Parts: sequence; structure tokens; C-alpha cells
Amino acid sequence: MSDWIDIAPLEAIQPRGARLIKTAHGCVAVFRTAEDEVYALDNACPHKQGPLAEGIVHGKAVTCPLHNWVISLETGMVQGADEGQVSTYPARVEDGRILLDVAFIRSRSAA
Amino acid sequence: MSKKLIVIGAGMASGRALEHLFDEGADYDVTLFNAEPRGNYNRIMLSPVLSGEKTYAEIVTHDADWYAANGVTCRFGEKITAIDRAAKTVTADNGDVLAYDKLMFGTGSNPFIIPLPGHDLDGVIAYRDLEDTELMMSMGADNKVVVIGGGLLGLEAAAGMAARGADVTVVHIMGHLMERQLDEAAGYLLRKALVDKGITVKCSANSKEILGENGKVRALLLDDGTELPCDLLVMAVGIRPNIALGQEAGLAVGRGIHVDDQMITSDPDIVAVGECVEHDGAVFGLVAPLYDQAKVVAQTLMGNEAQFVQKEISTKLKVTGCDLFSAGDFADGDGREDIVFRDPARGVYRRLVIENNVVIGAVMYGDTADSNWFFGLIKDKTDIAEMRDTLIFGPAYQGGTPMDPLAAVAALPRDAEICGCNGICKGQIEDAIAAGHTDLGAIKATTKASASCGTCTGLVEQVLAVTLGDDFVMPAAQSVCGCTDMTHEDLRRMIKSQKLTSMQAVFQECGWKTSCGCHVCRPALNFYLLADWPIEYQDDPQSRFINERKHANIQKDGTFSVVPRMWGGITTPDELRAIADAADKYMVPTVKVTGGQRIDLLGVKGEDLPAIWKDLNDAGMVSGYAYSKGLRTVKTCVGTDHCRFGTQDSTGLGIKLEKTLHGSWTPHKLKLGVSGCPRNCAEATCKDIGIVCVDSGYQVSIGGAAGMDVKETELLIQVPTEDETILVIKAVTQLYRENAKYLDRIYKWLAKVGMDWVKDQIEDLDNRQALVDRFELSQSVYRHDPWARHVDEQAETYQPLANLSMEAAE
Ligand SMILES: Cc1cc2nc3c(=O)[nH]c(=O)nc-3n(C[C@H](O)[C@H](O)[C@H](O)COP(=O)(O)OP(=O)(O)OC[C@H]3O[C@@H](n4cnc5c(N)ncnc54)[C@H](O)[C@@H]3O)c2cc1C
Ligand code: SF4
Ligand code: SF4
Ligand code: FES
Repeated sequence: MSDWIDIAPLEAIQPRGARLIKTAHGCVAVFRTAEDEVYALDNACPHKQGPLAEGIVHGKAVTCPLHNWVISLETGMVQGADEGQVSTYPARVEDGRILLDVAFIRSRSAA
Repeated sequence: MSKKLIVIGAGMASGRALEHLFDEGADYDVTLFNAEPRGNYNRIMLSPVLSGEKTYAEIVTHDADWYAANGVTCRFGEKITAIDRAAKTVTADNGDVLAYDKLMFGTGSNPFIIPLPGHDLDGVIAYRDLEDTELMMSMGADNKVVVIGGGLLGLEAAAGMAARGADVTVVHIMGHLMERQLDEAAGYLLRKALVDKGITVKCSANSKEILGENGKVRALLLDDGTELPCDLLVMAVGIRPNIALGQEAGLAVGRGIHVDDQMITSDPDIVAVGECVEHDGAVFGLVAPLYDQAKVVAQTLMGNEAQFVQKEISTKLKVTGCDLFSAGDFADGDGREDIVFRDPARGVYRRLVIENNVVIGAVMYGDTADSNWFFGLIKDKTDIAEMRDTLIFGPAYQGGTPMDPLAAVAALPRDAEICGCNGICKGQIEDAIAAGHTDLGAIKATTKASASCGTCTGLVEQVLAVTLGDDFVMPAAQSVCGCTDMTHEDLRRMIKSQKLTSMQAVFQECGWKTSCGCHVCRPALNFYLLADWPIEYQDDPQSRFINERKHANIQKDGTFSVVPRMWGGITTPDELRAIADAADKYMVPTVKVTGGQRIDLLGVKGEDLPAIWKDLNDAGMVSGYAYSKGLRTVKTCVGTDHCRFGTQDSTGLGIKLEKTLHGSWTPHKLKLGVSGCPRNCAEATCKDIGIVCVDSGYQVSIGGAAGMDVKETELLIQVPTEDETILVIKAVTQLYRENAKYLDRIYKWLAKVGMDWVKDQIEDLDNRQALVDRFELSQSVYRHDPWARHVDEQAETYQPLANLSMEAAE
């Protein structure tokens, strides 16, 4: 079951930027790439829980602001020699609005 | 008796549908309504009509003879205003009621008009039909035109008007043109081509209001206060399927009129085709899919089986001199590979996106001759594993054995040009090698090949490899990062010599291998560009490390630290009280004195930053650069005010220096110290720039460090007055900004360029003054209080976008 809800206009996030969504189970970071895709990931780096939303976004990846691990926005996989994965959640843009699948966030965090 | 088919709208889709219908020998008695006072024409050719390359007569697709030959009753200039589905009749705007057996919707779209204040003024138009086009054509030379929208349509309108001699400005809300079809790199090239046509392009520009005079448009006002005067304002910001009539008739609609694979609406006797439909969640704005729909709808009306299937679509821009092509999904990412080819000299850019050995997207600019071939690969999902190495060069390089790049270089004749900048041919390089110059550095030094822009470095190395065989070892290039083969030094040279003033310009002209760089090169480029072009270049916060983007130092737990500026280390009881109050109010866990004599409030929550800054600002304190690659602090001793040894006012000089230098970005952090006498209580001789006051004046020394390396400064110059000291420091700071590699502290830079060179630069008084002037120019842009700016302009971005904690707890 998906349960898409309208979060905000796309412009609320800078291109190559990110903003946070608060949930009962911690923050989810919503990223916007240069190509205007949006991705939602847990806001915690697998290394030492660095706040990914504060990192530099390039291509479809973000570099953690604490120790420069690079994380794929699509899969949440850590790139390169490091290892780990961040949870990702369905997100999309429709008519200039950012939509998140809340049911998914709910089920993932309950699990 | 033939059945009655009524068609609403004589557009590109319905016109094509009727052709197919009659080709199939259909026996329908057709009545064709069109709100426009004319029959079917090729709407996409309005752009060439506007630019003067075609006339209206040349773009008519169906003339009176054709309608007559097929027995179509034409009711042009008449609108259908109502449909009675139970009675199966339509009502025209003159009141006529006509019965139908089958009804076809082909009502197209309505252009979207942003409801800005003033949108209903005279002279504000969309770009959709011949009337709009004719109005634009009547506004030729010497008129000012503003086009809102940097998409396909807006740019064609702009280019057409520019071709007619109008003074055209395009205002686009996104960061680059045609962002739906192009990546930033291609967008950059397109912008360059339009600017060359005399069109002004403003990206990231938000329209606020349309200003008028006597009911007529006078100017467009942007968010940032800019006023763009205009006699005509064209809005080309998007289209909305024209569904009102269908909706009133009770058909199922979403964004468009819902149709199934047979193009049948929720009423089995009504079909729809073209931009007015929504099929499987998608709406359409380009003709290729509409033509597919037209085929299907004709078969459906014939009672035959047919199915509409959505396919990949491609885009081309019909602006003479701008060859541009885009198709498929060209965003880069995981599991996808990106092949980028740039030929800076010819202004050519190609990018292919490959997933599982299939091309899924392509962007091409400058040379689109092979676009159809690439589009074919996308549509057919061709496996490209075999030709991957040469794929980007296009069909001419396929077939037979793929060319080995070295063999290709070996095959070049002696007079083939290798280095375009310096006009060096292969033969000259071979001669230099024969004369004993056997590495890249030596070739550069003797022939100048690859010594300018550096893009031919690879080729020169290949010539070396071919000529020397096994004796040549390809050097491991110390490039900036994986996105480029160029070194920092080459890049800096390119930015200056080629006047590259934007990141896209660098990506293109220096042949970047990724679409938008990475966390290593972007911060460096951002610095180089703003150091060299403080006025032309717009700082890009998204290319800055978080400390600089948010003007607060990130801590290991994701909280931030806040350090208000204390000029020269001086504070007051009031300031201390305000700091204490802020620490209480925002529950700051740690208050610490820093190594640079400032007070650090550690552990502030990200979302509290704007509020705590505001409180500190209100108490008179500014900051923002306390964690930047820029001026941090000027540490001082007490000097003549209180100390019995002091020879000069070291605290006063420290304050002056901090006030002039704050806000200046530098390759790495910049720390200063001023001591009042050689006892050096401010430890000035292990700072990046240290000043030691002596009886006879001021000793300025540079290149100290007390970080991972510990270094003592070297004397640069001694000057007699405080004023001259400040000038020297501005000049040397600017010299460092203009020349050093990003992330080199002064001492590292000094090790590369040598103290003698720096001394020469500073002692030459004209040169010193020129450096000072350039420093001041840059400071006129960057010397401000970012805390205040962020509080005023973007406090909101520090807050969460949404709070779902309630949602998720349900
Ligand atoms: C300047 C310009 C350049 C373009 N360039 C390109 C391009 O390069 N490539 C590309 O693929 N596409 C391009 N397009 C888009 C393309 O023209 C459209 O996708 C296509 O014309 C849509 O066809 P249609 O039949 O659905 O609608 P239209 O061609 O818009 O026809 C709809 C017709 O229905 C009439 N109508 C609406 N309501 C009623 C009513 N109630 N009663 C009677 N009549 C009614 C309208 O007056 C209109 O004439 C361009 C569009 C424009 C405006
Ligand atoms: S450096 Fe000299 S002037 Fe400054 S405090 Fe020390 S002794 Fe006094
Ligand atoms: S010295 Fe090291 S641990 Fe201490 S503040 Fe600096 S970086 Fe952090
Ligand atoms: S916490 Fe992200 S890299 Fe260390």
C-alpha cells in the first residue's frame, strides 16, 4: 500500500540541496539533485551517523559532511571502498510538488 | 447512410487522425469545428514563421481543396460550447445543435499564464497560435521583449524575436535553460549560443510582478528588485490540457481527458486525441506521440484493433545555430554509467547514459548529426556492449574492429595538429622527442604543446607513448579529482586565460567527465571562480562545505558551534552578557574560549541557528566566517594601551585588519596575529600572516603555521606606517587568493612560488596597488554579515520541511 502525501513545492529545496522531514523515528533527509529528482533517505551516515542533509550533493550522490563518505541517493549504498547502506524511501515530484510515501516510512520505521 | 463524426478542434492531432481515417476509406460524414478562424496547420512551424524563415501559407497542412475532396464540413472560427451525451448532440457558440454518432476531442492545450499581478495587461501574451505569432512579428526592431520561460517554446519565441531585431531578455526560474531536456552542461552551451545572438538570459530569476502604464505592459519586476523594461511580455511557462468542455460533459478527466489504449474516453462514443488527453497517467506536449495516437484513433473509428503505446520521445530546438538534441532519461546515478564527450574547440557536447549495456538517455549539443542513430539505440534498447569504447563517436566509428586510440594516434600524419592553442603539430613533438625531450614536462617546455589549456595533454602523452614505445611510462596525473585530468594549476590558468566565469563554462571548456562535479572539485572551482571573477561569478553555496554553507561549524553529533566576531579580540561587558543570555536561552552545553581569542558556543541545534544569530546580531555582534576558508580571526596582544613594552597600538591594528579582511574568501583558512613588540605575546610568528610591531614600524611576515605542521613565518617586508602595513597585507592576501591552489595554506603556496617572487610582487608599488584594488573590488561583494543575510532571507531553510512525527505514530 502506498500513501503518497504532498510535502512541499520542489522549490523549497535548493537544487543540489536537502531539507529534513521530522518523523517519530528520526529525521529523513529529502534531497534534490541538479536534475530535479528528489530522494528521501535516513539522515544518518552509516559511518558515524553524520547528518547527510548537510553534505554536498553531486550527480545522484551525497558526500557526508563529517568524514566524506559518499552515499548513493538512489540505493543508499555507500560508494567506493567504504561499506554500509542507508534506508531509502519512495519520493517523487509531481506537478512541481514533492510527494513522499508515508506508509512506507511508517512501515520501515516500525520494522 | 454514413455516420456523423463531429471533430472539436482542428489541430495537429485531429488533422493527422482525419488523414488516416480517409486513407482507410472511412465512410464518415465529418464536421470539423475550430475555435481558431482557420483550418489545420503545422503549429510547430510557427517558430520558423516568427523568425522569418517560413510564411504562414507554407505551414498549412490541409487546404480547402482537401476538405472538399473528403467531404469535410468546415466550421472554422466556431467553438463548441456544450455536449449532451444522452441526446448525442453538440452545441456551437452560435446556438446550433448538431447530432453525432461519434465525437472526437482534439482541443489541445491552453497555455498557462502565471497569475502574477499585471498578467492581464495589454501586451502580455502566450505563444500558442497564429494570432500570438503575428502580434510578436509586429513588434520587430527597436522593441524590448521579455520572455518568461527558458523552455523549448520560450527560447524559440526569444530567438524568433531576436532575429526580427527586438531586444530580448529571457527570464528563467531554474538554474539552467531547458532543464527538463538538458543537463547543466548542455544548458550552458545553449545559453552561450543565445547570448551570442544578442539575447540576454537570466536564470534563477523569479518574476514578481508585471508593471503597467495606462493598461499596457511597461516592465517585469523580479524578486530581487530588478526591473526589465518591455513593450511585450511573452509567457511561455507551460501548457494545460484543454479539458473544460469534456469535464462539463461529464467525461472522466484527470490532468487530461482520460482515454484507454484505443483512445476511447469514458463514453464509448467519444474519442480524444492529442494534448487534451491523459493516457495511463501521462499527458503529452510534443507531436510524435500525438501522431501515434492519431493512427490509433483512426483505426478505432474504423472498428479495427489498434493500441496506443507510449514510447521514448526526443526533443530538438528549432533555433537556427543551436543544434540541440535530448532524449530519454539523462540523469546520472548508481548503476548507470555516463559517457561524456566534450570538444571545447568546436563547442560540442555529448552525453550518453547507459544502464545494463543499454543506452537510456542522450543529450547532444553542437553536433547532432548522429542523434537519430542514438535515438534508435534508445528506442530499440540495443545492447551496446560490443561498441561501448567507441560508442560516443557515433555510427561512423562502428563496425569492423574498434579503433585502438594509440593506433589512431600512430596513424596521424606529421602535420596533424595536436595542440590547438599553440598550433603544434605531431611532427614537432616527434622532433622534440628525438632531441631527447622524453617526458611531458620537457615537451611542454620545448614545444609549448599542452602548455596552455592543457586539454591536449592526453594526446601529447600518446604521441610520446607511440614514439618511445616501452620506454615511456604514462605519468600518474595529479589531477584535481576523478572528474578531470587537469591539475589545479592548469585549471586556474584556464579560468583566467579563457575568461571562464561559471562552473558550467569550466566543465565544458576543460572537458569535465561528470555532469556536475563532485565534493572535491566543486568547492575548489567555486573558490577559483569567485577569486578571479568576483563580479561576474555568482557564489554557489551548494558547492561549499557545510561550515561555509551554514556559517556554523558542524560538530561530530551534527550540532553546530557559533562564534560571534570580537574584532581584534576585544569585547565588552554588554557583549559578554548577550553571549551569556544566548547560551542560556538556547541551552548551549559548552562555552569555550578558542585558540583565536574568541568565545565559542558549542552544541547549538541546526534549527536554532537563525534565532541565536538574530539575538547576537541584535546585541551588535556579527559573524559568519569563523569556520571558513577565509579570514578567521586576528589575534592581538594588548600593545601600547596597557603593556609597558608596547611600541605600537597592536590591538588597534588588529581591529582594523579584521574589519577590512573579514568576509574575504581564501584558498584555505587565514589567521593573523599582531604583537606589540618582539616579545610576541600574540604568537604572531606562527600565523599565516604575522605582524610584529617594532620601534621603527611594522614587520610583516608570512607563511607561519601551528596546525599539522608547525612553521615560523618568514619576513616579507618592513614598513614604517600602519596604513602601509594594511595595504601590504591586503596585497599579499590577494596575491595568495589569485595564485594558490585550493586548500594550500600560505606556507605551502610559498614553498611552491618562493619568497623572492612574492617579495617582488609586493615591492613593485604599481603591482601592489593593483592587487589592493582587486582585493577591494572583491570585498565590495563579499564583506557583509552572512548571519544577518541568512536570518533575513533564508531562515526558513534551517527548519524541517515537514513534521510527520504525528503521522508516523498513528
Ligand atoms: C510555437 C510552438 C512550437 C512548437 N514546437 C514543437 C516542436 O518543435 N516539436 C513538437 O513536437 N511540438 C512542438 N509544439 C507542440 C505542438 O504544437 C503540440 O503538441 C500540438 O500542436 C498539439 O496538437 P493538438 O492537436 O493536440 O492541439 P492543437 O494543435 O493545439 O489544436 C487544438 C485546436 O483545438 C481548438 N479548440 C480548442 N477548444 C475548442 C472548442 N471548444 N471548439 C472548437 N475548437 C477548439 C484550438 O483552437 C486549437 O486550434 C510547439 C507548439 C507551439 C505553440
Ligand atoms: S608583545 Fe610586547 S607589547 Fe604585546 S603584550 Fe607582549 S610584551 Fe606587550
Ligand atoms: S585539533 Fe583536532 S580535535 Fe581539536 S578541534 Fe581541531 S580538529 Fe578537532
Ligand atoms: S559520519 Fe559520515 S563519513 Fe563519518
